Amino acid sequence: MTDTATAGRERAPATLFGRIGAQNISLLIALAVLVAIFGALRPDVFFTPRNLINIGLAVTILGILAMAQTVVIVSGGLDISVGSIVGLSTMVLAVAAQETGSIPAGILAGLLAGLVAGTINGLIIVYGPVNAVIATLGTMSAFRGLAYLMNNGNSIPITGDGLRALGIGTLFGLPFAIWLLIAAMAAFIVFTRETVVGRNIYALGGNPTVARLAGIPIRRYQISIYAMSGFAAAVAGLVLASRTMSGQPASGSQGLELEAITAAILGGCALQGGKGTIVGAMLGVLIIGVLNNGMILTSVPTFYQLLAKGALLILAVIVQERQRARSGE
Amino acid sequence: MTAPVVSVESVSKRFGAVQALRDVSVAFNAGEITALIGENGAGKSTLMRVLEGEHRPDSGRLLVDGRLVQLSSPRAAHGLGIRVIHQEPEIIPELTVAENIFIGDIKARGGLFLDRADLERRSLELLGAFGVVDVLSPRQRCQGLSPALRQLIEIMRALRPGARLLAFDEPTSSLTEDEAQRLFRVIRRLKADGVAVIYISHRLREIIELADRCVVMRDGSRVADEPIAALDEQRMVRLMVGRPVSDLFNRKERTLGPVRLALEDVTTRRVEGISFEVRAGEIVGLGGLVGAGRTEVARAIVGLDPLLSGRMAVGGRPYTPREPADAVAAGIGLVPEDRKQEALLLMQAVRDNVSLVVPDKVSRYGFFSRRRERALVARHVAELRVKTPSIEQAVGKLSGGNQQKVVFARWQARGPAVLILDEPTRGIDVGAKAEIYRLIESLADQGLAILLISSEMPELLGLADRVLVMQGGRISGELPWQEASEEAVLALAMRSGKETIERRVS
Repeated sequence: MTDTATAGRERAPATLFGRIGAQNISLLIALAVLVAIFGALRPDVFFTPRNLINIGLAVTILGILAMAQTVVIVSGGLDISVGSIVGLSTMVLAVAAQETGSIPAGILAGLLAGLVAGTINGLIIVYGPVNAVIATLGTMSAFRGLAYLMNNGNSIPITGDGLRALGIGTLFGLPFAIWLLIAAMAAFIVFTRETVVGRNIYALGGNPTVARLAGIPIRRYQISIYAMSGFAAAVAGLVLASRTMSGQPASGSQGLELEAITAAILGGCALQGGKGTIVGAMLGVLIIGVLNNGMILTSVPTFYQLLAKGALLILAVIVQERQRARSGE
Repeated sequence: MTAPVVSVESVSKRFGAVQALRDVSVAFNAGEITALIGENGAGKSTLMRVLEGEHRPDSGRLLVDGRLVQLSSPRAAHGLGIRVIHQEPEIIPELTVAENIFIGDIKARGGLFLDRADLERRSLELLGAFGVVDVLSPRQRCQGLSPALRQLIEIMRALRPGARLLAFDEPTSSLTEDEAQRLFRVIRRLKADGVAVIYISHRLREIIELADRCVVMRDGSRVADEPIAALDEQRMVRLMVGRPVSDLFNRKERTLGPVRLALEDVTTRRVEGISFEVRAGEIVGLGGLVGAGRTEVARAIVGLDPLLSGRMAVGGRPYTPREPADAVAAGIGLVPEDRKQEALLLMQAVRDNVSLVVPDKVSRYGFFSRRRERALVARHVAELRVKTPSIEQAVGKLSGGNQQKVVFARWQARGPAVLILDEPTRGIDVGAKAEIYRLIESLADQGLAILLISSEMPELLGLADRVLVMQGGRISGELPWQEASEEAVLALAMRSGKETIERRVS
């Protein structure tokens, strides 16, 4: 009981650099570079409080999705149906609010729809069994189709002050939605770092055989993870609906899966699973948010924006793979 | 006198700490069947890999027809007519019989299109030569073919023009008696055609029936090379075992407690009619050759392979695991065969790896208590003398012996009633081995029921209170430690018997 016991009390490196991590440092640098570029191009607009809050609002939806996606990727999976679930949940919210005349009932129904959609993903993946990419590629189309079916492809307006307050209300000068994002971030950080379930998800993604032999019920975990991802998409849908005051089958939610996955991978998630952090994913989200905002401010045509986002995803994966090869894992 | 087709001269090969081949010299002559025997890990497979250009020897020479050659790749060896037929046939199920035989050598018409007519003509010649034209058609897909027919296709692939030396690595392990006889006829014809044949098998009776000469390997060295007429089964076994039982063990009488683990007539897809008990404080060894079904017994106990019939009980209570989680809950721990693939999260810290199976002891309401976790992990890491700079060290950076100690620390932290050890000292140096042996003995003294699976004879005989020997998915015999000698275990493990071969169909 000598050296090893005392050694056990040692902590991870306590320097600032060590605590933030090399990966996050490079993300912060990338973010600073982007801010400097767009700040220089549009110094009149970029740094105004209004624009900064705009960026914050714009990344709320993406942030929630990217954090959930991080958990999915850490577990060794992928969920590309999240954008469709966002659209579907806004439609369910709108229809339920219309039918019952109650906003809380609508919200509840929307969240429930996301939870059910996610659970369906999980059940297909575990009991099919179907590869997660293929399963959620299929449901990406299916859930979108369902969202269109709910009102023949049209959006549904929502009337009700409760929801509007959520969309435009503020607390200490910050919109509710940004507080929601901060709360979600705190919850995800604690979940991934301080809970047994969170740690077991890293084990599951790191090596499913080891996790299974250590007594982790991996099927139940997988189903719950996709259910959580669906639920998070519905929360994002709630934010979207509160902003547009409508159920939107596609507008505002198309392409979100691409951005969420890009943010997670930028943030250090390995597609092989077992690796990734919430803080990293949020830095990835900010990079995408600043990029989107800057491209709009500098009047880059939409088509180029799509091109740039696609390229960013591929670049992020290439960087990831290079790092993996270098560390010899 | 003509030079041997292939001769190996003073070849040595080392992998890390393991000397796989030690100054081995053997010659393989045209028209002669040379049997190659030895325990698991004796160096037979490494020698084959050197012959087929897969491994390059550290020192020594390789001669083909008396001329020195350098085998830079399997392709080079193939070009010289050296072909090894592996135990697991590599057949592509989606391709036809003809395509599988000639894969890599399919002629193209106009440089692009498959020349099916040529392919069929060439494969029909081969099928005719083996007398299997009515069983296999060149156009048939290989999906669903029996192991025997797959093996045959692999052999025909090796027989493509220019074969000078053919090596068969345990070809009969998946064959029925009749199929094996058919294979022997083919091998005898090859011999008559002047091909040099190497025949690797654990079935000594087959070797006596088929071979002209027998080369025995042990611990990477060639220990005998004699005409088959000079050998019998007993002498072969003695040559294979050879070394004295190491004095790494403290043999003492243990006081046995109640039955902790009981299996009754357990049958899964891979083992049949397994019955035994392990008592508290007892170490029961499970011996046999690789592939005899020992790991599969462990898989059944921890709930990885479903039971088709039979019963199990833990601590006297009926136990029907559906998932490994059920085994952990029932108090069964498994130290699996492949530490890196099945036991450890190599990128994660020692701390995470140890506390993985004791979430309840290191958390409250699902949230970690880091203080409790560190204290618990540090205590077990210190008790087992794991050499690590800190418990935050990534497990992948530790040595093999220390990695294995981390796996033991994990189960120590949990405190199971039954511990299954599958090859607990594989890839571990001798010093760490002795420590692991001490640990296993002390765990038994503490009252754990231990099932020890091992291919290392000294380990099995030195630790186990009694040894169950498996062959072909069944238990072929039981030996109390007083009667368990290497010869006795091997005899049970290799007993050629029709009853064990029969169930290998499907």
